Amino acid sequence: MSRLPLIGLLAALVFGVNASAAEEPVLNVYNWSDYIADEVLEQFQSETGIKVVYDVYDSNEVLEAKLLAGHSGYDVVFPTARPFAQRHVKAGIYQKLDKAKLSNYANLDPVIMKGLVDLDPGNAYLVPYMWGTTSIGYNVKKVAERLGADTPVDTWALIFDPKNAERLADCGISLLDDPTEVFSIALTYLGKDPNSTAKADLDAATALLQKVRPYIRYFHSSQYINDLANGDLCVAHGYSGDILQARDRAVEANNGVDVALTIPREGAIAFVDVMAIPADAKHPDNAHKLIDFLMRPEVIAKISNFVGYANAIPTSMPLLDEAVRDNQGIFPPQEVRERLIAPAELDPAAQRARTRAWTRVKAGR
Amino acid sequence: MPSPSSSDRPQRGRRSLRQRLHLGRGTVAGIPLLWLGLFFGLPFLIIARISLSEVVIGLPPYSSLVDWTAAGLLEVRINFGNFLLLVQDSLYLDAFENSLRVAAVSTLLCLLLGYPMALGITRVREGLRVPLLMLVILPFWTSFLIRVYAWIGILKGNGLINNFLLWLGVIDQPLHLLHSDFAVYLGIVYAYLPFMVLPLYATLSKMDESLLEAAADLGCRPLCAFWRVTVPLSLPGIIAGSLLVFVPAVGEFVIPDLLGGPDTLMIGKVLWTEFFNNRDWPVAASVAVALLALLVVPVLLFERFREKEQT
Repeated sequence: MSRLPLIGLLAALVFGVNASAAEEPVLNVYNWSDYIADEVLEQFQSETGIKVVYDVYDSNEVLEAKLLAGHSGYDVVFPTARPFAQRHVKAGIYQKLDKAKLSNYANLDPVIMKGLVDLDPGNAYLVPYMWGTTSIGYNVKKVAERLGADTPVDTWALIFDPKNAERLADCGISLLDDPTEVFSIALTYLGKDPNSTAKADLDAATALLQKVRPYIRYFHSSQYINDLANGDLCVAHGYSGDILQARDRAVEANNGVDVALTIPREGAIAFVDVMAIPADAKHPDNAHKLIDFLMRPEVIAKISNFVGYANAIPTSMPLLDEAVRDNQGIFPPQEVRERLIAPAELDPAAQRARTRAWTRVKAGR
Repeated sequence: MPSPSSSDRPQRGRRSLRQRLHLGRGTVAGIPLLWLGLFFGLPFLIIARISLSEVVIGLPPYSSLVDWTAAGLLEVRINFGNFLLLVQDSLYLDAFENSLRVAAVSTLLCLLLGYPMALGITRVREGLRVPLLMLVILPFWTSFLIRVYAWIGILKGNGLINNFLLWLGVIDQPLHLLHSDFAVYLGIVYAYLPFMVLPLYATLSKMDESLLEAAADLGCRPLCAFWRVTVPLSLPGIIAGSLLVFVPAVGEFVIPDLLGGPDTLMIGKVLWTEFFNNRDWPVAASVAVALLALLVVPVLLFERFREKEQT
C-alpha cells in the first residue's frame, strides 16, 4: 500500500482545524424523540445540501452523559434549560454562538430570552427551541369508569394518592424515568419547595413514591405516547406535547380512545428546551445554519403544529393551526402559568441523594 | 528478558539451546502479559483512579487527583467516600447479593442442562459429534442483542407463548412472563449455555472409556459409575464451564435491562444507572472495582484448586 493516503490523513489531522471554510456538508443532530416535523428536515436538506444525521434520546440524563464524556460527535443538541443546559454552560461544554451567522435571531421572543439570562449571561450559548409543561395525560373514559365522573383530574392526587393509584393500577400508570421531574413534582404535591435539598423533604417524597410504587406499571420517558394512544395506559406523567401527540394518534387511529391533557392545580414543571452547539462539534457552520433555519416563523410553526409544543418565535403565532393556538395545554392561561415551577440546579451531594433515592424507588425497595 | 545463568555461559556468537528456549519462553509469556497489561491493567488503573475522585460538573465529570497549586505545592486529593458509600447504602449490597444469586442459580441450571448435552454428544457416533457441536455454536452467528430481543417477542403479553396458550384455552389472561425475574433467568441460561457445554465436552471426550468398563467389571452399576468415575474426572470441565457462565452473568447488563422488570436489581444495571442517569462516574467506577474484586476471588480459588490438582 502506498504511503500517500497516510500522509494525507496526517495532514488532515494536523490542518483539519483550519479547514472549516470547507466544512463537509454533514450535520449530526441529537434531539428528543418525536420533537420535529420530518418535512422540515427534508426542506433543510434540499435548501442547503447538508445531510442531516438525526439521532434521538428521551432523557436529559442520557444526553448529558454523552456530552460530559466528550467527543459526542454531535453538532446540535437540545437540552432542557433548567437545570441541564444551566450546568452545561457552567461546565463549558458548549461553544459561543456566532450571532452574525444567525440572521433570524431577532425573531426570538424577548421575554423567553430574558428568562434565560440568569443561566446563560448575554444569551451567548443557548437559543430556545420549544417550551411546554410536564403534566398528566389520561384516558378520559377509563379514568371516569374507575374513579367516578366527579373525581377531579387536574391534580397530582390522581397518581400520588394511593387510593386513586390502586384503582387505576390495572389500566396502567406510568411515570417519567427522570428523578428531576418526579421528585420536583412529588415535593410540590406534598406542599414543599420542589427544589428542596433538606433530607427530611427528600425522605417524605421517597416515602410518598414508595407507597404508590406497586401501582406504577413502568418508568419511561417516551413509551407512554403510544400506550396512551392505544388505550394501554390510563394515566401518564409526561411532557405536554407528547401527551397531545398521543391524543392526535388516537384520533387518527379512530380507536375510540379519548386522551386528554391536564396541568395539575398544585403546579407543574415548565421547561424550555434549547439548542446548543457542543464545543468540540465538527460542523459548527452547519449547526448555525440549522439553528437559523429553525428560527424562521414558517418553519417553527410547522414543527409546533406537528409536535404540540409552543415555540419561542412570536411571529409564528398567526401561522399556527387554530387547534394548537387555542389549546390551553400548549398556551396555558395566565392563572395556570403563575403556578408553573422551574427546577433549580442542586449541589452535587443533594443531587446524589436524590438519584440514590430514585434508584431505590424504581427498584421497589 | 531473562539473563543467562553464569554456569552455562554460551560460546561467543552462538546461543545454547537452553538459552534459546529461555528466550522463546520469555517471548511466549511476554506477549499475553503485554496484552493483559495494555487491555486490562491500564484500563483498570484508569477506572481505579476515577473511583478515588470526586464528582464535578465538567468535562470530564470527575476531579483530578493530583494538582499543582499556585504556590508550587503538589496537592493530592484522594476520596474514599465512594467506596464507603457502597457499604453504607444497602442498595449496592442488595444489588451485589442479587447478582450473585442470579448468577449462581443460572450457573447451576446451565450445569444441569449442559452436562447431559455434553455427555450425550460424546456418546453418539463419531460422524454426528461435529454437527451436534455446530448446533451448540450456531446461535453465536446471530448478534447476541438480536437473540435477546427475540425473547421479548416470544415472552411479551401478546407474544408467541401467550398467544399459543390463549389459543389452546389453557389461560384466559396473558401470563406476565416478560419483565420478570423468570425472564432474566431464562435469558441468562439461554445465552450462556454454550459456555458450559463446550468445556464439559472437551473434558468428557478425553475420558478413557475403559475406566467405565473397569468400574462395571468391579460391580459398579451405570449410575454409580457416573457418580464415582465420570463426574470426578470431569471436574475440571465443570469448574471451567461454571466460571465461564458465572463470571459474566454476575456483571450482566443487557439481559436484566431488556428482559427484567424495573425491580430487577442487578449490579450491572446499577453501574449503568450510576454512569448514565446519575452522571456519577466516581461511584460507577468504584462499583466496577468492587465488582472486579468480587469476581477475581472465584478465579483465584479455581487456580488454587488446579495447583493442588497438579501436585
